[in-house]
Amino acid sequence: MSVLSLQSVSLAFPVDRDSRRTRLVLDGITLHLASDEFIAVIGRSGSGKTSLLNLAAGFLKPTSGRISVDGEDIGGPGADRAVVFQDDALYPWLNARDNVAFPLKLRGVAKQERRRRAGELLAKVGLESAGDKNIWELSGGMRQRVGIARALASEPRFLLLDEPLGALDALTRARLQQFLLNVWSESRTGALLITHSIEEAMLLATRVVVLAPNPGRIVADIPAGFGRQLLAGKPLQEIKDSPEYRRLHDGLTGLIHTDSEEAA
Amino acid sequence: MSIDAGTIAPAAPVGPEAAQPETVQAKRSHGTLPISLATIAAIVAGWSLASAYGIVSPLFLPSPLTVLKAIYNVAINGFVDSTLAQHTLASLLRIFAALAASVAIGIPAGLAIGTSRIGKGILDPVVEFLRPLPPLAYLPLIIIWIGIGEASKITVIALAMLPPIILSTAAGVKSAPADFTNAARSFGAGRLQILLHVILPGAIPSILTGTRIALGAGWSTLVAAELVAASQGLGFMIQSAAQFLVTDIVIAGIIVIAAIAFLLEILARLLERWFVPWAAHR
Ligand SMILES: Nc1ncnc2c1ncn2[C@@H]1O[C@H](COP(=O)(O)OP(=O)(O)OP(=O)(O)O)[C@@H](O)[C@H]1O
Ligand SMILES: [Mg+2]
Repeated sequence: MSVLSLQSVSLAFPVDRDSRRTRLVLDGITLHLASDEFIAVIGRSGSGKTSLLNLAAGFLKPTSGRISVDGEDIGGPGADRAVVFQDDALYPWLNARDNVAFPLKLRGVAKQERRRRAGELLAKVGLESAGDKNIWELSGGMRQRVGIARALASEPRFLLLDEPLGALDALTRARLQQFLLNVWSESRTGALLITHSIEEAMLLATRVVVLAPNPGRIVADIPAGFGRQLLAGKPLQEIKDSPEYRRLHDGLTGLIHTDSEEAA
Repeated sequence: MSIDAGTIAPAAPVGPEAAQPETVQAKRSHGTLPISLATIAAIVAGWSLASAYGIVSPLFLPSPLTVLKAIYNVAINGFVDSTLAQHTLASLLRIFAALAASVAIGIPAGLAIGTSRIGKGILDPVVEFLRPLPPLAYLPLIIIWIGIGEASKITVIALAMLPPIILSTAAGVKSAPADFTNAARSFGAGRLQILLHVILPGAIPSILTGTRIALGAGWSTLVAAELVAASQGLGFMIQSAAQFLVTDIVIAGIIVIAAIAFLLEILARLLERWFVPWAAHR
């Protein structure tokens, strides 16, 4: 089992181009993601969620603190941490299958084998017949599934997801939440999900982390078991009606609400 | 002809609405087609009348029919030792040799400007120096340096084509969303892989637009270069005809040049549609 660790990580951005003044965006973040965990990070807009994910991915370097996988500092982005982007970031010059096969191509996997594996992954996300489709012919939900299949193709130890379902309608979103949960439980990769939705965080994650803004810091790190209940076949409505669910939902809502009052 | 960097940057359409203006424009251009055809007919009619009634001396303005005959005649019998096809071929060979050279140099140069601080620092002043210069201003210098043969003409044309190709490549590189390169990096891509598999394909629509602009710039430079020093080519044909006051061949040459420029433009647009159908859907 692997662990992705952020230890006392802070991040400051320059206030503007010319001045040397900086603004602290993340302050003293310590977070450990084991490869059998599903962590959801919630917080107001601007609380630094994307910055946190970009740090974990290696796109940004922390101003202070350490980021490591199994004790080894990450030098930058790496194939052990695959990212699913908010606006899919699929390559429009490749069809769906070649997008999924892209990480394999980078690794020098032979064409036949690439096609076979990409086909399998597309089937896994329920898009077996869409391989030859152009990206612009796919709906938003299909694109996100291709994006997830592409991330899985690189066989990462950690999946980093930045609001992948944010732009979808409620119905598609609910379907893809269930789908993400299945993918996570089958693939045994650690997942870090950024989301705006308290409900989404609670239904998917094994731990819900709340980020408060200015500067972004962790104000709560709460275990949740609703995803496992869902996987075990417990009906969604029954889960949502349970007192534990209500209690956690109210608690998290309160936490995020206090933030916004503070900031206002 | 100078090409403004600003005209190249918006070449690659952005956003989901990008496809829409195209259809609107297509409708509008369809709507103006009859008007344009009528205008052309009116010009030809006016031209016919002017020469038929001797308003303008046929020495200055031969009738459309005479010009048509001239085209036919040059096509069959030739003019100054070469047929129309040979003149045209000579011109096209120069254009495509220059295009090959400027693409081979311009795309790597544009990638260097778009991806590296050092590359931008070195190449920016060179491009900015070359860009506003009329090619005919440096043609004499090129002839002094490398003689009056094919090489100097191809060099001048290539130099005229270079800035739009370099600038459009650089603009295409910069238009790539950061997520595209970040995604590749998170799947373990190295710098070269990112360049070849992400940045270059992403820049191709912009590069093709730049090539189209370059073809226009190259074509006008070509004709001018042939006016100065050549023994074959459409520009040379016009120049020779003008010296002997064979006005019908002068006009025939102009019409052929315009027609070829038009065909090149259409070819370039078709290539865009075939090679980068996704550019309209970004
Ligand atoms: N490249 C940058 N340079 C300067 N400031 C930045 C940069 N990226 C983000 N910020 C600032 O850092 C803060 C956190 O941004 P971030 O994108 O991480 O927030 P977020 O929680 O993801 O917000 P949202 O929910 O809207 O996506 C914001 O105030 C933002 O303005
Ligand atoms: Mg964000």
